[in-house]
Amino acid sequence: MNTSPFFIKPTPLQVVMFKVALALVPAIAVYTYSFGIGVLVQITLATIAALVTEAFCLKLRNYPIKPFVTDGSAIVTAWLMALSFPPLAPWWMIVVAAVLSIALAKHMYGGLGQNTFNPAMVGFAIMIVSFPAQMSRWAAPFGVLPQSLDWSAQLSWIFTGHLPAGLAFDAIASATPLDTVKTQLMQHASMSHIFQSPLFGSIGGIGTEWITAAYLLGGLYLLWQKLIPWQIPVTFLAVLGGVAGIFHLVDPAHYTSPLFHWFSGAAMLGAFFIVTDPVTGPTTPLGRVIFAALIGLLTYLIRVFGGYPDGVAFAVLIMNLAAPFIDQYTQPAVFGRKGQQKKAGAQS
Amino acid sequence: MNARAALAATFFPFHGGVHPPEHKDESSGSPIVAGPIPATLVVPLHQSIGNMAKALVNVGDVVLKGQMIAAADGTVSAAVHAPTSGRIVAISPQRVPHPSGLLEYCITLESDGADRWIERTRFDWRNADGRAIRDYLRDMGVVGLGGAVFPSHLKIGGAKDGLDTLVINAAECEPFITCDDRLMRERASQIVEGIKILQQLLQAREVLIGVEDNKPEAVDAMRAAIAGCEFKIDVVVVPTLYPSGGAKQLIKLLTNKEVPSGVRSTDLGVQCFNVATVYTIYRAIEHGEPVISRVVTLTGNVERPGNVDALIGTPIADLLAFAGNKADSDSYIYGGPMMGFEIPGTDVGLSKAGNCIIAKSSGLFPPKPAEMPCIRCGKCADACPAELQPMDLYWFGKSKNFGKAQERNLFDCIECGACAYVCPSNIQLVDYFRFSKSEIWAAEKSKKAADQARERHEFRQFREEREKREKAERLAAKAAQKHEAAASSADPADAERAAKIKAAMERAAAKKAEAAAQAGESAAPADATAAPVTEAVAAPVAEAAPVSQLDPEKAERIRAAMEKRAAEKAEQEAMSPEEKAAREAEKKAKIEAAMAAAAAKKAAKAAEAAKAQGDQADGSGA
Ligand code: SF4
Ligand code: SF4
Repeated sequence: MNTSPFFIKPTPLQVVMFKVALALVPAIAVYTYSFGIGVLVQITLATIAALVTEAFCLKLRNYPIKPFVTDGSAIVTAWLMALSFPPLAPWWMIVVAAVLSIALAKHMYGGLGQNTFNPAMVGFAIMIVSFPAQMSRWAAPFGVLPQSLDWSAQLSWIFTGHLPAGLAFDAIASATPLDTVKTQLMQHASMSHIFQSPLFGSIGGIGTEWITAAYLLGGLYLLWQKLIPWQIPVTFLAVLGGVAGIFHLVDPAHYTSPLFHWFSGAAMLGAFFIVTDPVTGPTTPLGRVIFAALIGLLTYLIRVFGGYPDGVAFAVLIMNLAAPFIDQYTQPAVFGRKGQQKKAGAQS
Repeated sequence: MNARAALAATFFPFHGGVHPPEHKDESSGSPIVAGPIPATLVVPLHQSIGNMAKALVNVGDVVLKGQMIAAADGTVSAAVHAPTSGRIVAISPQRVPHPSGLLEYCITLESDGADRWIERTRFDWRNADGRAIRDYLRDMGVVGLGGAVFPSHLKIGGAKDGLDTLVINAAECEPFITCDDRLMRERASQIVEGIKILQQLLQAREVLIGVEDNKPEAVDAMRAAIAGCEFKIDVVVVPTLYPSGGAKQLIKLLTNKEVPSGVRSTDLGVQCFNVATVYTIYRAIEHGEPVISRVVTLTGNVERPGNVDALIGTPIADLLAFAGNKADSDSYIYGGPMMGFEIPGTDVGLSKAGNCIIAKSSGLFPPKPAEMPCIRCGKCADACPAELQPMDLYWFGKSKNFGKAQERNLFDCIECGACAYVCPSNIQLVDYFRFSKSEIWAAEKSKKAADQARERHEFRQFREEREKREKAERLAAKAAQKHEAAASSADPADAERAAKIKAAMERAAAKKAEAAAQAGESAAPADATAAPVTEAVAAPVAEAAPVSQLDPEKAERIRAAMEKRAAEKAEQEAMSPEEKAAREAEKKAKIEAAMAAAAAKKAAKAAEAAKAQGDQADGSGA
């Protein structure tokens, strides 16, 4: 500490990561309340697998293990990924996903801060591409079906694949609201008919609308703590909602409302926790807006016209690729050079 | 008054900025006291940007307080004076307050304890012309006391039709520092007298004094002191936000003008002086006092934090002893915690740049945690007052991609440290920027050297080529004369032809001369290579000339070219070794002369650049 500044603001990385994790807690609580202990199991498995992989990779790369393992970044990755997984996915799936996301998406690119792609989304995307059936088998939230799995049955199913005698998983499985809308529409069911299903609440899915609301709450906390720039969630949600709104206005029988798009699937989680990942997004103010807007657009297109029920993960990964490019072309003018920047930009 | 008060409240925020803990209370309550007269003083000769002052005294000389002991050397320089009376005991390289720890020439003065002044006279500035005023301030050693020590006389004059705004930098935004605060509270009227002088000298239409809102007493004192000023003057209270005391940031705050890097604020009609500088200008002009002392804040891990009017050259150890240094101080910051540096040792003498000395202890300044990787969170960009993207500059610096860093305006970075202050990964961003800058400077230096070598080489080639050509032309002319004489003697029918030949040759020569002149202007090597090629092409055609009936003019041109070539060869063969050596020597002398001229030009340019840079530097970081 021989050079200026001799002061630093005491907000270490760990604190930042801790606060992000803290912001996820309300959603985790609601999620567990609605879907059962499976949620916590997935989170725990992902966390352990991510930390072990992180330590292993650091050791391989001759990095100091302690400060990096404890920086909190692997935990945040693990949680975000686990929250994207079906709560009753077999145990090995989340473990494989966590290992891959840390080893492949993070350390192969040079570790914290150097990854091109959002590690949590990489883990999720690999699994949904490789195991589409398992990854779309969600149990219905509590209260939707007459029968639900208690905690021991959930554990047994996750770890051994066995259910209590006389119960088949199909009996308790259900598609997600986004998925239901998509497949039912393809079977030419009418929108009002689809929404009569017990799966749907007033604006999103039963249970899921509360989970997404909890993400929103966590997101507001992050905004308040100035940990994420408000432009990103606002732009993302505005574009997603805006496009949805246009389609919905033109043809309400075939296109769901903006509210539905906001409160279903990973929209809120994405808006505040994933699109805002600083490492894999642009850093310029204008770049962030463009980035978030395009993710919003892509999310809608994939959801409605693409092959997957939810589009956030793929939209994010696609735009991750474009982030450096966006940065390059959105460099803000520096102090005293506002007028000149046009020329400089045209040259570069 | 009311309209003006409303106006005074307006300011124009700059982007970014941070608010580190202020730590001003420790020292802001204690009035300025006179510092100790130490037994020996170590006065650095390099007390301003630009050239080191030239010593006027010898070891053993007895000097009086305020006597000039070193004179300004050149335009960008300022004089140095004896801070007290005594005897010169050494003029030698010593450690100075500089981050590099380099040795620089200092005059060591043994004080006689009498503190006897030389005779002081008031300077009649109202009846002096601009040049005399500038020389006077230079000889009084007046430099920017905000930390940049830019010679003040260089900032006076210049704008012919007057200045829009004279900005007085009293923001004092760095934590811990309170010397300007105390100065304003205690000597506001003298400061305002100084402002009046500057306003007249600069023909400023408006004066704005920028003070951060954490100095209410200073604001009141200054407001009271400016009452009754006959020109437009205001104290503008700006929010406490580092680095509002950076000259450019303050100018933006007060006038909404952004001074781009490389542009002098004067070009935008603004000039900025630090408040302490203004005070010394007043003392110099009205009391004939050179800058031999300054107010310095002694704070941090000391028993009695406060502000001391200390003699320049007082060893830091004496100042620390005066303030009651505590035993567990481990090192000392010279300047503020955001932009200052650790001094190499407490034996160094106080310089005019020394506005603050902070005794450090691990309690006060806990060791910084280890650097973590950048997560591109953008906090640094949010904090950067230069509106840079520090994380990108960091990345470019780390990957040694200096060109890219330069492209992204690395040199607009004022090294304020706001980015490093907020970085959650504790990255010492400023260090990377300093490193990148120094690498670029080093590269530029070696590139300049290479350029010079290349220029020298090209110049030589060009000369050789030209000399060859000139000689050849002379010889060709001689040959033609002979030819003409022969022709006229032989056959009158041939005379007409000879005349034609001569005319053609003259045309050719004229053309050549023109080409040479052009080559002299444009790139020399192009000409050097082009000339032989055309001749080589011309040669074979010339042989065919008599056979095919080429038009006579062309034929003559070709023949002339051939003759010239022959002459060239002959000349080269005929040249004796002595002649060759003589020619070399002549060439060398010419090159050396050209180089000397270039060096002189460069020096002039450098001085000019330093002037432009320093122009905005005064008061920065205060
Ligand atoms: S504040 Fe630090 S971690 Fe954040 S972008 Fe800047 S350099 Fe990177
Ligand atoms: S040190 Fe340079 S890059 Fe960092 S905030 Fe200050 S001006 Fe910006």
